[in-house]
Amino acid sequence: MRIIVCIKQVPDTAEVKINRETNTLIREGVPSIINPFDLHALEEGIRIREKHGGTVTALTMGPAQAGEALREAVALGADDAVLLSDRAFAGADTLATAYTLAKAAEKIGFDLILCGRQAIDGDTAQVGPGMAECLAIPHVTCIRRLAVTETEKFRVERMTDDGYETLEVKGPALFTVIREINTPRLPSLRGMLRAKKMAFEPWTAATINAEAERIGLSGSPTWVVKVFNPPLPDGQGEVWQGDSAENAAKLIAVLRERQFV
Amino acid sequence: MSVSVRIDECNGCADCVPSCPYGAISMEGGSAVVSAECTMCGACVEVCPQNAIEMPQSEPADSDTASGHGIWVFAEQRNGEIASVVYELLEAGRKLADKIGEELGAVLLGKGIAGAADKLIGCGADKVFLLDDTQFEYYRDDHFTAAIAALVRAYRPNIFLFGATTNGRSLAPRLAARLQTGLTADCTELDIDVDRKLLLQTRPALGGNIMATIICQYRRPQMATVRPKVFPRAEYDPGRKGEVVAPEIALTDVDTRVNIVGAVTEASDAMRLDEADIVVAGGRGLGSAENYRLVEELAALLGGATAASRAIVDEGWAPYASQVGQTGKTITPKLYIACGISGAVQHLIGMRSAATIVAINKNPEAPIFSVAHYGIVGDVVEVLTEMIKTLKKLK
Repeated sequence: MRIIVCIKQVPDTAEVKINRETNTLIREGVPSIINPFDLHALEEGIRIREKHGGTVTALTMGPAQAGEALREAVALGADDAVLLSDRAFAGADTLATAYTLAKAAEKIGFDLILCGRQAIDGDTAQVGPGMAECLAIPHVTCIRRLAVTETEKFRVERMTDDGYETLEVKGPALFTVIREINTPRLPSLRGMLRAKKMAFEPWTAATINAEAERIGLSGSPTWVVKVFNPPLPDGQGEVWQGDSAENAAKLIAVLRERQFV
Repeated sequence: MSVSVRIDECNGCADCVPSCPYGAISMEGGSAVVSAECTMCGACVEVCPQNAIEMPQSEPADSDTASGHGIWVFAEQRNGEIASVVYELLEAGRKLADKIGEELGAVLLGKGIAGAADKLIGCGADKVFLLDDTQFEYYRDDHFTAAIAALVRAYRPNIFLFGATTNGRSLAPRLAARLQTGLTADCTELDIDVDRKLLLQTRPALGGNIMATIICQYRRPQMATVRPKVFPRAEYDPGRKGEVVAPEIALTDVDTRVNIVGAVTEASDAMRLDEADIVVAGGRGLGSAENYRLVEELAALLGGATAASRAIVDEGWAPYASQVGQTGKTITPKLYIACGISGAVQHLIGMRSAATIVAINKNPEAPIFSVAHYGIVGDVVEVLTEMIKTLKKLK
């Protein structure tokens, strides 16, 4: 089975801090990591390969430094990796990104594509379904379980807003995964040695035969016109110490006053 | 590609340098210089007092802004009941429609749901596009995308809003890709540029560290998914009049490669976490899995839903579906009570827009207190037990 796992290198958004004086983000020193959801996707791909055979190819679109994320993916167990990197891809919104990744996937060839549910910087959760549409394959989002039932047939459990749903999907297909699906392994020594030796020749727009008006800025119907800071929590809340019973009663009184009770 | 600085107009004030969230601008020889780190977010363009920075922009040949008309709302329903977020979309949609003098439409797919159309009209829809058929009985990405794409091509709405529910966030991107149009995820604010009939879509990014306002200038419909529980709900007015349209959409060629073989509704007694006005959440401070029942009891007494931090989900004290935070759910309840949760950034990302935050933690330095409106420093088990006792007496 040919498995592609889409990964993204993202800033660790939990480490991003705001400079209170200038009200801007402090980007220096924020580590770049593989998007946490993608680690689960990669783990799932490797498990499927271990059970059913095949190859796992990690795919990413980004600047040259995204190669580090690919190296990590190989250390974790991916067989090979593709770096999509071209100035022409810059400024891509989710539509253009989905198209670009889809063209690469077409070139690589696949039976299964796995993505993390969303990236922790964009938080859109749009690229997975968009890619599936470009490839004209079915997709299921937020899966917590994946099994291969016959060749080209998958059984997945999808999270819904009030529980779960089991679906049978005829491949090739794309799934986006949530954390619940597995516990990602640690890199192996063998994997790290393999990764060290790998060189990633960037795939450009020409490599994937991309139409110029569908990639990068030209291929992006959405456009950021303003970026600003959210109102910061002012920490003006009341904090009560002392007797728990008293404080509990006080809190209930406040909640009653505010009509929560 | 990056923004470009018109050197002749740059006066070297350097206001742009700190405005860049990516650190891509520096001053060289008294003028601003933009590096390859530029993502063309446009923050610097806004800030420059000389208007010396410009975005590379051009109207594409296939721009079709002239043809859009009307604001649509996807009326998601489950088992015949309209999802609560839809009423919020109708309220927001009505305001936008009134501002630009256009109609508000609701798109309703299902089986035997014609009766729900009345509710949608009463809550603001001028028109309900009704597709009532067996194939729409349960939400399906393939059938819904095909049907709604056909509706959009036939009626050409200007703006199309979806709830950012699990289904909404699966349907909207697939549909946007099929229609080759722009989609903005998880909006928390919506406004409209009346002259250009352009939807101004504001949403959090970078884990909630920044807010971005986005437009879809040249493609239609302008699509957005809207975060539940942020916008107020529309009120039902039985006197409102509207039209129900049952379009004949030919759907013969939907290639069904997905079959639903089973469904489980979990936590049937506890309210849906993303719909709840009141949420009681537990963290490691609870001490043990057994103590989570205090969270459940308090939630039940307040008529709210239960939630959990990642730490206790990983321990198995609570299900993943109740996890709030960066790799769980982001919710916006009216009241969020954090019990024994330290308030790590990854957790705050999921709940800091709650209207009222209460924190109970034995550590007075816990970061949760920096976002809480009310905080109790104390043993969480004791405090919860006392709260439950007091509430029971009130009943």
